[in-house]
Amino acid sequence: MIAEGGLAALWFAAALALLQLVLAAVALSRRQTAIGVEDMLAAVRPIAIVQGVLVVLAMLLLIAVFVESDMSVRLVAEDSSAAKPLIYKVAGAWGNHEGSMLLWVTILGLAGAAVALFERTLERKTLVATLGAQAAIALGFYAFLLFSSNPFARLDPPPPDGQGLNPLLQDPGLAFHPPTLYLGYVGISVAFSFAVGAMITRDVGPAFARAMRPWVLAAWIFLTIGITAGSYWAYYELGWGGWWFWDPVENASLMPWLAATALLHSVTVLATRDGLRAWTIMLAVVAFSMSMIGTFLVRSGILTSVHAFAIDPKRGAFILALLVIYIGGALALFALRVGTIRQGNTFEPISREGALVVNNLLLSVILGIVLIGTLYPIVAAAFGTQLSVGHPFFDSTAGPIALALVALMGIGPLLRWRRDDLRAGLKRIAIPAAVGVVALVALLVLAPGIHILPLLGLALAAGVAVASVAPLWGRDLKRTPLFTYGMVIAHLGIAVSLAGMASESAFNKETLVATRIGEPQHVGPYTVTLLGVRPVVGVNWSAVEGVLKASRGGASTTLLPQSRFFSTPPQMTNESAIKTVLDGQLYTVLGNQDDAGRWQLRLWWKPFVTLIWAGGALIAIGGALSLLGRLRRERRARRGEA
Amino acid sequence: MKRVLLWVPLGAFALLFAVVASGLFRPSDHLVHSQMVGKALPQFTLPKMVPDAPGLASTTFTDGKPRLLNVFASWCIPCMAESPNLMALKQHGVEIDAVAVRDTPRNVEDFLKRFGNPYARIGDDRQSAVQLALGSSGVPETYVIDGHGRIVEQHIGDVRAEDVPALLAALKKAGG
Repeated sequence: MIAEGGLAALWFAAALALLQLVLAAVALSRRQTAIGVEDMLAAVRPIAIVQGVLVVLAMLLLIAVFVESDMSVRLVAEDSSAAKPLIYKVAGAWGNHEGSMLLWVTILGLAGAAVALFERTLERKTLVATLGAQAAIALGFYAFLLFSSNPFARLDPPPPDGQGLNPLLQDPGLAFHPPTLYLGYVGISVAFSFAVGAMITRDVGPAFARAMRPWVLAAWIFLTIGITAGSYWAYYELGWGGWWFWDPVENASLMPWLAATALLHSVTVLATRDGLRAWTIMLAVVAFSMSMIGTFLVRSGILTSVHAFAIDPKRGAFILALLVIYIGGALALFALRVGTIRQGNTFEPISREGALVVNNLLLSVILGIVLIGTLYPIVAAAFGTQLSVGHPFFDSTAGPIALALVALMGIGPLLRWRRDDLRAGLKRIAIPAAVGVVALVALLVLAPGIHILPLLGLALAAGVAVASVAPLWGRDLKRTPLFTYGMVIAHLGIAVSLAGMASESAFNKETLVATRIGEPQHVGPYTVTLLGVRPVVGVNWSAVEGVLKASRGGASTTLLPQSRFFSTPPQMTNESAIKTVLDGQLYTVLGNQDDAGRWQLRLWWKPFVTLIWAGGALIAIGGALSLLGRLRRERRARRGEA
Repeated sequence: MKRVLLWVPLGAFALLFAVVASGLFRPSDHLVHSQMVGKALPQFTLPKMVPDAPGLASTTFTDGKPRLLNVFASWCIPCMAESPNLMALKQHGVEIDAVAVRDTPRNVEDFLKRFGNPYARIGDDRQSAVQLALGSSGVPETYVIDGHGRIVEQHIGDVRAEDVPALLAALKKAGG
């Protein structure tokens, strides 16, 4: 009965979304004074709230069937098993195609309800248009769920036990990774709805930008967390020792992040200076397009990837059709309406706005490069060539531009709004620039022979780390607004992350050996000895576990990498064992045994690699502080008005 | 002029759509085809795997006679399935040489005892070095080599009974 209840809730929610869209469209297309229009405008908000409640109910009921392991529900039978730990039963609800789509639309419904409940600054018509756009997006996904991906479908007769969740996904990382990314995608869809609403009522200005900004910020924070967590998950779970593979699915999450980063900065120009109106609208559309393309690439299986999801081309066609309707519609609206929107304020090239425009251009170029690199295999396949695009392309094209972007990030916040004096600006960046040059010279002398990109990256990270805290110099720290701290911390996070990436690629040590028990192996500052191998049993897996003694100087620790065998479904995974110390990580993976009785062992020494994710966390924390600061200031401003 | 520019994003999106749609509706081909087809064999010399068959060197393939090069392993199940068809090819007078990848002499001997030995020479490729140089991504794969050491064709997967005439024809074409 639970499954049927979920399906019913889903149908009701879809019907309400349709009503929400129709009412908004009819009300906005008639004159304000026409009969019934006032009632229609007033009805849209509560409908959006009830729709949100119903779809959350559907999601909770899906989790309930997973928790009680109801094997008569097809999805549970395919992706779960009774023997699984509880947390993976819950996470299993979205560890599959149908469930993840339901999660998407659930978060979308929640976001729509939140807009309806909390948005107070926007003009009502623009808000209704926004909620109408939100309903249109939701409708597409409801149709997708109800007509081609019903998560509550039954099996008759039910099997005795399920097939189990892909073991790679039986990891705490899974419980959080997809929901955070979806929160990011959905936040962007709200920004998109705001942009569509503003285009419909031609109300593009600071008020619109201030209403949209918290959503962009929130989306961006979640995307940052999702990407950082996903990167660390791939790093320790896949056992390849890499932290970014330029895999299509990774790119699918990176592209919306790049667009959201650009949008975040342009929306600030619009909110503060009423500039970049059309460009901000365009970026909102692009950011949403990227999140839809991301969803499409992952869900259609058009590209081969480590994220091998079971795929049905019909579903790909469905998402593609949605993509065409939403994005094609939004871009047509853009072409028709943006020309009629008044131009905003202008500014001099050397100014904070100028730096932000260059930031946007560089981010767009990187986005273009990633998009081309990701889609090129499809183009090539259309002409009969099979190829894949990997890190040599992305590193050598996007790498230098990213470095230029980071350098600009150090300078931009030190410039004044509207117009700045070149000489005064240069004076302000003198100290960070000097730090960067000193770091460069020191590296050239102390560690010659580093490749050019990591070398520049390390020097730049040092200079930009100093530059990013420079906006706080000479200020009253108590009176500095929270969002300035947010910016400083997020920018510092970029510098920290860059330092980690550059250090990892400059000083990484790797060795693959076939070792006998008791034979010492050397990697970086560590000596690693395999003391023995023993069997271990877990809830739904068994494994051989290597006992490694890793010593450095006088101290030594034990590491226990495993080679795990899962029974439902049958699959092997490598559980790496990682020792984290202040100046880096020792990363160990146990492989197979060879004929001579030696064990394959992969060892890496990765100096300062943890800075990559620490930087990611700083970026997200900075974003959160900024969001908090903005919301507080908005509230204070409203209270002042009232 | 400016009005026209506003439609550029929609045009770019249409292009993107065309690319993606074409990819979506093309039958997907997940086979990894070798980039070596049409090129000369890589230089290699492999020691013998079993006592009663000699090892294999790339120079063997330049004696003017077209032949097959089979990449196999005793632990590979499709390799067992294809063995009767390789025997049939041998009966047609085809000379088949083999690269045994990631294997041990004992296991290969057992394999040949159970399924028959269609091979003239068997090279021991314990580290898959030659397999990788051939551009082969798995076992079994069968290559048609003309008499001058050039790779003419790559057959991915086991040789089925219905593939035998095609391979015979390819060999004949390579010789003529």
